[in-house]
Amino acid sequence: MYTYILRRLFLFIPVLFGVTVFVFLVMNIIPGDIASIILGTEATPELKEQLRQEFGLNLPLYQQYWNWISGVFVGDFGNSLRTGAPILPEMLNRFSLTFELTIFAAIISWMIAIPMGILAAVKRNTKGDIGIRFVSLLGVSIPNFALATLLILILSLFFNYYPPVGYVGFLEDPRRNLEILLIPAIVLGTSMAGSLMRMTRSSILEILGQDFIRTAQAKGISQKMVLFKHALRNAIIPVLTIIGMQIGYLLGGTIIVEQIFSLPGLGQMVLTGINQRDFPVVQGTILFIATIFVTVNLIVDILYSYLDPRISYD
Amino acid sequence: MSDALLEVKDLKTYFFVEDKIIKSVDGVNFTIKNGETVAIVGESGSGKSITSLSIMGLVPKPNGKIVEGSIKFSGDELVGLPEKKMNKIRGNDIAMIFQEPMTSLNPVFTIGNQITEALLHHQNLKKSEAKKRAVELLKLVGFARAEQIIHEYPHQLSGGMRQRVMIAMAMSCDPKLLIADEPTTALDVTIQAQILELMRDVKKKFNSSILLITHDLGVVAEMADRVLVMYGGQVVEETSVDEIFEKPKHPYTSGLLASIPKIEEERKRLEQIPGTVPSADNFPRGCRFAPRCSKVMPRCTDAPPDLLKVEPDHKVRCYLYELS
Ligand SMILES: Nc1ncnc2c1ncn2[C@@H]1O[C@H](COP(=O)(O)OP(=O)(O)O)[C@@H](O)[C@H]1O
Ligand code: SF4
Ligand SMILES: [Mg+2]
Repeated sequence: MYTYILRRLFLFIPVLFGVTVFVFLVMNIIPGDIASIILGTEATPELKEQLRQEFGLNLPLYQQYWNWISGVFVGDFGNSLRTGAPILPEMLNRFSLTFELTIFAAIISWMIAIPMGILAAVKRNTKGDIGIRFVSLLGVSIPNFALATLLILILSLFFNYYPPVGYVGFLEDPRRNLEILLIPAIVLGTSMAGSLMRMTRSSILEILGQDFIRTAQAKGISQKMVLFKHALRNAIIPVLTIIGMQIGYLLGGTIIVEQIFSLPGLGQMVLTGINQRDFPVVQGTILFIATIFVTVNLIVDILYSYLDPRISYD
Repeated sequence: MSDALLEVKDLKTYFFVEDKIIKSVDGVNFTIKNGETVAIVGESGSGKSITSLSIMGLVPKPNGKIVEGSIKFSGDELVGLPEKKMNKIRGNDIAMIFQEPMTSLNPVFTIGNQITEALLHHQNLKKSEAKKRAVELLKLVGFARAEQIIHEYPHQLSGGMRQRVMIAMAMSCDPKLLIADEPTTALDVTIQAQILELMRDVKKKFNSSILLITHDLGVVAEMADRVLVMYGGQVVEETSVDEIFEKPKHPYTSGLLASIPKIEEERKRLEQIPGTVPSADNFPRGCRFAPRCSKVMPRCTDAPPDLLKVEPDHKVRCYLYELS
């Protein structure tokens, strides 16, 4: 197992290297540069040239890349070209929000999707099942921004809710923090719940048709035990794949929901970085997000081997 | 009749699929006495499994249903018994093993966990006692390293070993009746013989009755006291094991017998019964075997024959033995 984990960690290197090279190239291909964005209307060719020189944007590409990556190796992600602020602390700061929001949203989605999925499977083809499936289809097909706007509208009309201005960290004021994140988490959680519920339902249905379920029933244990012990333990394995993917995505920041609720999360940082062609910001955040993504994947794979004794990585 | 352990009367188990009625079990009668081994034989699709699942109260829901008849176990009616009460009988008084040892055990729980489950549920044992019992049971079914096996998972065992585990599991609560649905069909020939021997062994030790379901008359010859031949959801012949091999009466039974390979008659072409089992939603109007029967008579296609006692211990459903 440990050698497996080490091997996987080792494989991170080429993957992450590939990601950074790709992003670096894309950032250089897309038109527009930070100098003209910073200078705006005052841009003269001379001033622009001066800034480019200062940022090292005139160096050959490999040189630029090397300067950046060699910093990353020693934990220096550089400074934002736009604000001059160091990138790493801001990234970690924003990640703490994104992380909290993700966990919050994930818990909401599990609380909805897993019981509903089980219920729909057990009551398959009844009105209840059809109703649950319809709602989950809605959940899958309504885009986040629409759900968010709709929710804000309804809540502001009837409950005097307004999207919060300014973000407060959990450690500063836990209550206020949870209040701020509740609605965004509901938006993200319900939109995740749709596909998760469908997966749970189909996975349970498949397991309920297996021979070992009949064996369990033949022992005379209760229907509940058959469902919650024998079926669920097996059915959760494919569900975990979806959960892992969803968490991986969310941890990378949720650009739209962060925008709508003006939350200073990771997604917002990437977006601003791209808009302003602030390449160290984009490079840094995307490397960070990619690292999180592959790590979540690794964690899911490790969990697999705990849940399913047939999977062994030795 | 006081020594009857199981009495099945006029059992009809149907499936309702779309607008079709699938008459999987269509008026089955039989009795199993204490200590007796009764075999049900018949080609695939003749209703053997659904008969056994009806006894267990495990007819596949929601389409399947026992629509008529009675199943009495030790004198108590099982048809219509509430799930809670049925659960006290399943796995405790009546246990069942299945055809597919490879898929009949739960892949994510240890062998020990799965064997102790019924013990803990039915017998109020402490965990440590149940574990001890599981080890004893595994030794009994032939595992020398039972102490290790309880910590292993199904995928670590071969098909034959898994079927031994299934037997250990089924016998854990000392059932009065063991139902074995094609317990050796999925296994290699040498393993088949071992499993059959184990079942005979276990039966003696536990003094239980066995309902053995098979399509293999060779298995019947080795194991059974009495034989029911099923065709099209009905019993077409019932008699002792000696009678069935020496004096089969129903043309279907004769056909089955003619299709067993015999070692003496080297490589003679096996006679197969021509045609296939009729589908259970559309039986012929008269005798259900008529389309395949070599002795078919005009009256056979008019009305169905009844299962009649033609000798003291021999029942058959065929007009050849019915005086008109
Ligand atoms: N779940 C089910 N739904 C519909 N029909 C079924 C189902 N299970 C069995 N049947 C039908 O019932 C008949 C008898 O099946 P079964 O008892 O499994 O036969 P056997 O065990 O003798 O091979 C077959 O015609 C089969 O198609
Ligand atoms: S009743 Fe007629 S068709 Fe049916 S088995 Fe007997 S002889 Fe054949
Ligand atoms: Mg069968």
